[in-house]
Amino acid sequence: MERMWAIVERDLRRFRKSPMLIVMSLFMPLVQLVVLGHAFGGQVKHLKVALVDQDHGVPALKIQELGNAVGANARTFEWVRFDDQGQALHALRDGQVNGVLTIPPGFSRRTLAGDDPRVALVEDNTDGFVSASLSASFSGMLTAYGPRTEARARISPMPRLDVVELYPYVPYIQYLLPGTTVMSIFMMVMIGGGIIFIDDKARGLHEGYLVTPVTRLELIMGFNLSGAIKGMLSGVMVITLGAVVAGVPHAFAPDRMLKLVLMVAVSSVTLVSMMFLLMVRVTDPLLPRALFGVLNTLLWFPSGAVYPQQAFPDWMRAIAVVDPFTYAVHGLKSVLLKDAGFGAIGFDLAYLAVFSVVTMGAATLLFRREL
Amino acid sequence: MSAIEVQSLTKRFGEFTAVDAISFDVRPGEIFGLLGPNGAGKSTLIRMLTTLLKPTSGRAVVGGHDVVASADEVRRTIGVIPQAMTTDLELSATENLLIFAKLYGVPRHRRRPLIAELLDAVELSKWADAPVKNLSGGMRRRVEIARGLVHEPRILFLDEPTTGLDPVSRTAVWEMIRRLKAGRDLTVLVTTHYMDEADRLCDRIAIVDHGKLMALDSPLRLKAAIPGENTLEVSFENAPPDWSRRVESLPGVAGMTGEGDVYRITSASGPATTTALMAAAADSGVTVRSLSVKSTTLDDVFVHYTGHDLRDALQEMSPMERHAMLRRGR
Repeated sequence: MERMWAIVERDLRRFRKSPMLIVMSLFMPLVQLVVLGHAFGGQVKHLKVALVDQDHGVPALKIQELGNAVGANARTFEWVRFDDQGQALHALRDGQVNGVLTIPPGFSRRTLAGDDPRVALVEDNTDGFVSASLSASFSGMLTAYGPRTEARARISPMPRLDVVELYPYVPYIQYLLPGTTVMSIFMMVMIGGGIIFIDDKARGLHEGYLVTPVTRLELIMGFNLSGAIKGMLSGVMVITLGAVVAGVPHAFAPDRMLKLVLMVAVSSVTLVSMMFLLMVRVTDPLLPRALFGVLNTLLWFPSGAVYPQQAFPDWMRAIAVVDPFTYAVHGLKSVLLKDAGFGAIGFDLAYLAVFSVVTMGAATLLFRREL
Repeated sequence: MSAIEVQSLTKRFGEFTAVDAISFDVRPGEIFGLLGPNGAGKSTLIRMLTTLLKPTSGRAVVGGHDVVASADEVRRTIGVIPQAMTTDLELSATENLLIFAKLYGVPRHRRRPLIAELLDAVELSKWADAPVKNLSGGMRRRVEIARGLVHEPRILFLDEPTTGLDPVSRTAVWEMIRRLKAGRDLTVLVTTHYMDEADRLCDRIAIVDHGKLMALDSPLRLKAAIPGENTLEVSFENAPPDWSRRVESLPGVAGMTGEGDVYRITSASGPATTTALMAAAADSGVTVRSLSVKSTTLDDVFVHYTGHDLRDALQEMSPMERHAMLRRGR
């Protein structure tokens, strides 16, 4: 066992003396968390909507005032007034405004008569997020505007949906944090495990090990343990700093931290075993560098780290089923966002453990004690 | 008992035979040199003896242990300094040695004193805690030599230990090897393609070419065994067609090889052959364009046994061939 620890010690001493590797493996995931976390998932604001009032009646003015209220509060959109509908549509095509709301002639008369009054929203649907936000905002606004007559309620009683949110509001940056943590472990395992492992092999450093009486098992355990320790350090640092940056409530409660550290540890062991299997027979130092981007895309995106898996096509969901990232991300999400217990992460831990055993077993069979 | 016994050792990589039924013994306490160009099979041979490669056939016993059946015992008995510099550049010399002391299972109480003693022996005590990347090439090689001795082996393998070093560092490394060998009663097996090193430092030399053992003896005996004590290298102008026959009949000439107007003549008596050659050239109206006379060297021995110059053999490999050779273990 002392020989195995010597391999771990060597690796960790080198790691400690490579500040750039430490900085890159921590800094990059945190930058990604902050940038992606704020780039996606936020509310759409400050859209410009052309208002063409062809009615000029009091109900039309009320529509405008409701819009002003939205502009002052939710700030989803603000009016840009146009006299001519043609000019407004031209501005929409030129991208000067994001939508055109037209209040047609006779809107006030029809409103007062209760004769199905309508306004028209023309929107730029090339950006689905923007058009969906505008539609939702105007629907809400007009629902608030519409007088709910007793007669209408008697004819068509609408069932009302009351929504109760089980957890406090989760901003996207918090939703992204588990995926970012798994990414940081993967980066550390890929750089500190895969790339350096192959570089050492190419430089002949492994020959130094092979001429000593170190056993095959000690070598394999030493390589993997040092990789797992580095992955775990990276994962714990990122989830700790990320929880502060993302403002996760009660993230540092002892029982929650314990479960998070356990998830990070098991995920690190799993990703190291996977990497060791992939690299065990590789000798070309360029290969792990080329694999990095492919593996990252192939494993991270289908895992549900950035978007719900339910939205994926079947082939991506098939990848997600076997992808260890899926279970690492799910487990971390359960603990971090829901403060779930072991019952919720038990399957994730079991899958990751079985995955580690299978990949480590295969890598051990392929590992050569000689050159 | 021999320190190393090699019997018909062979290594094939597919169709390519890197080491072809080589046999030799290394005596305890001697410095034994394997001399040959890149691709001759030296490194493959040393890798089989250090348990890094399994032989295809044949047998090797190192320190009394079979390299296949008792590989771990062999590993405990030997120290290996590979051709590539394999110390961790970010770590200090002490850290590098400490890690290897642990890998070799050196008892905890012996580690620190042993490392200090070894760093003193390789004259690196002042640099013990400096990162290896701050040391010169020669100093790094000395760290590697100390690392190879950290478990106090009886047999030391050095694979081209001075390749890439400047002449001063080369001399320093060899002096150090000689001193360590004497002080620690070591048997040393070293591969090199530097003739002068092999000549000055090895007790016995095995000349290896194309995977075969071409000759084996002490440098003095190897040089004495080839005909002629001097070598004349001479080039002519206006040489008549029967000129080479006339040169061969001159006094003292033991052998001759020629290429165009340039001849390499081995002679039992350099001065007598030179005088006769100049006279014959003057008689025949042949102009001597250049002439040099030198004593027999290991280079001549190499040419004698292999039929080609070591320098040519080193240069005849293209970079691609060298790379392929490295990948399959030379």
